Amino acid sequence: MGLKDKLHNISEKTKGTNWETTFGAIHTLFYTPKETTHSGGHLRGADDLKRTMTNVILPLIPVLIFAMFNVGFQQDVAINGFPEGMSFFSGDFWNFDNFSVGALKLLPLIIVSYVIGLGIEVIFATINKHEVEEGYFVTGMLVPLIVPIDTPLWMLAVAVIFGVVIGKEVFGGTGMNILNPALTIRAFLFFAYPTWMSGDKVWVTGAKAMQGTPDAISGETILGSLAQGKEFVYSTWDMFYGFVPGSVGETSALLILLGGLYLIFTKVGSWRIMLSAVVGALVMGLIFNAVVDAGWINEGSKFYSLMSTEFWHHLLIGGLAFGIVFMATDPVTASQTNKGKWIYGFLIGFISILIRVFNPAYPEGVMLAILLMNVFAPTIDHYIVQGNVKKRLKRLKAKTA
Amino acid sequence: MGLLSKKDLKLITDPLADNNPITIQVLGICSALAITAELKASIVMSVAVLFVMGLGNLTISLMRNIIPSKIRIIAQLIVVATLVIIVDLVLKAFAYELSKTLSVFVGLIITNCIIMGRFEAFALANGPLRSFIDGIGNALGYALILIIVGFFRELLGSGSLLGFKVLGDSIEKTGVYAYGYENNGFMLLAPMALITVGIIIWVQRSRNEALIEDN
Repeated sequence: MGLKDKLHNISEKTKGTNWETTFGAIHTLFYTPKETTHSGGHLRGADDLKRTMTNVILPLIPVLIFAMFNVGFQQDVAINGFPEGMSFFSGDFWNFDNFSVGALKLLPLIIVSYVIGLGIEVIFATINKHEVEEGYFVTGMLVPLIVPIDTPLWMLAVAVIFGVVIGKEVFGGTGMNILNPALTIRAFLFFAYPTWMSGDKVWVTGAKAMQGTPDAISGETILGSLAQGKEFVYSTWDMFYGFVPGSVGETSALLILLGGLYLIFTKVGSWRIMLSAVVGALVMGLIFNAVVDAGWINEGSKFYSLMSTEFWHHLLIGGLAFGIVFMATDPVTASQTNKGKWIYGFLIGFISILIRVFNPAYPEGVMLAILLMNVFAPTIDHYIVQGNVKKRLKRLKAKTA
Repeated sequence: MGLLSKKDLKLITDPLADNNPITIQVLGICSALAITAELKASIVMSVAVLFVMGLGNLTISLMRNIIPSKIRIIAQLIVVATLVIIVDLVLKAFAYELSKTLSVFVGLIITNCIIMGRFEAFALANGPLRSFIDGIGNALGYALILIIVGFFRELLGSGSLLGFKVLGDSIEKTGVYAYGYENNGFMLLAPMALITVGIIIWVQRSRNEALIEDN
């Protein structure tokens, strides 16, 4: 008897008991259940929720592996200084020491994120007597990638509980949520434990523990340096490849770009949202550059260094690229209409840069921008649909008159 | 029969549970969000509202037959404003620090929807004793939620209760802080008060299905 039959038997046996949802979920995770459609149409698309979710996780894997190397690399940089002349395949980056440091730090984050998050999903599914949804598979992978590496595990657990219960389950679970659950989790961490989420001590593993000792190390993100008007050593290529400090998975613009292309190619992520968000960010960056060029703001201003940052550099630094590709395109919380997607994406890019430049307390604007636009997405859709209805009514009138 | 008949007693018990002004009628939310970051402030606010509502309902009920209905809102405002000014002055005289914490929110009791709501819905149509009891009952219902929210917000947000550091000292790292625990700064912000009230409403509705509207 193969694994498939065994799993089938177990889920048959538990039918009608409280364990039905739990074992049913394990069964459907690995195999398509033996159930067939009872009535109605028998044509079914293969791209169900599970496959869609897998297609989002796939491009996240390279980002995750890169992040493991980068965690170790950043610690090395903080102690020994940034190596000269890095190329993408530099041995200074891709070595086992870096990987082992990063993997040991990252795996617990991933495990906590999945165990707690899926645990809550199963509990709610059991209480509400519905099947466990696959919605958390992507969230669970996104969460460890968007937090600083040294986030204590219990904090992550508390935030995941909050994010999944308040951000998702109270609205009715997967597919019903207003806000992106992963970003809700990050926003909770950000407001609840700000000392663990920002500053120059959280981006390099071990920096917080060694604070105040002679071995103290620190690593400021590029955005943090810019907000304080400080210099940084990274070249544009370093930013593009991702050899910079930051939240775990946000640094490599190159791999995120490839992931974005994958999402567009498989039609899982909306290219309209990604493109318009990039345009929005560039437009805002250009406006700021123009303000600087016009001489309306001088070097004494605290906004000067962020405003004078070349407009397209904004795409490479911070979490903007990651947010646009993997968060803004979440089909549940984004706009549904095509025209709405353009507006939604554009405003995400636009507002991200606005917050980034003008609010030094929130060096990363993309989280708040996406959450804000999540809230407005249904409103945008409403007006698009109403506009369409009006247009058609007019056409009908013209025809009948 | 005791001091209160069964019907009168219901005026007190109803607002505490299934007709709570905050969780069921969703009134008076503004102050519930603003001042519940500390338990002490919640308690003082509750006492202030208790005083204003009890006496306010009594006064309005006594005057209910002589207030012309066209200007009744103005008359109600004068009564409640007078009572609030008394509370405000007493606080300033005897608990200056606290009155600074509560700041404008004592004054804003005047516009607390629960108070105007009870004047309109109850005191204008019922006798003085029943109105007084109704005022006390609703103020207690308000106080109950305020104190629950204040309890959790102060405990989780500042690690203390009524100013006593029950979880240990966060700077010296004693108590639970020695194990890496940290205060949740989000609890001190207003959104978390709203979410806490939301959770109370959630718990209450799942315990009593009759409260769930069908639609």
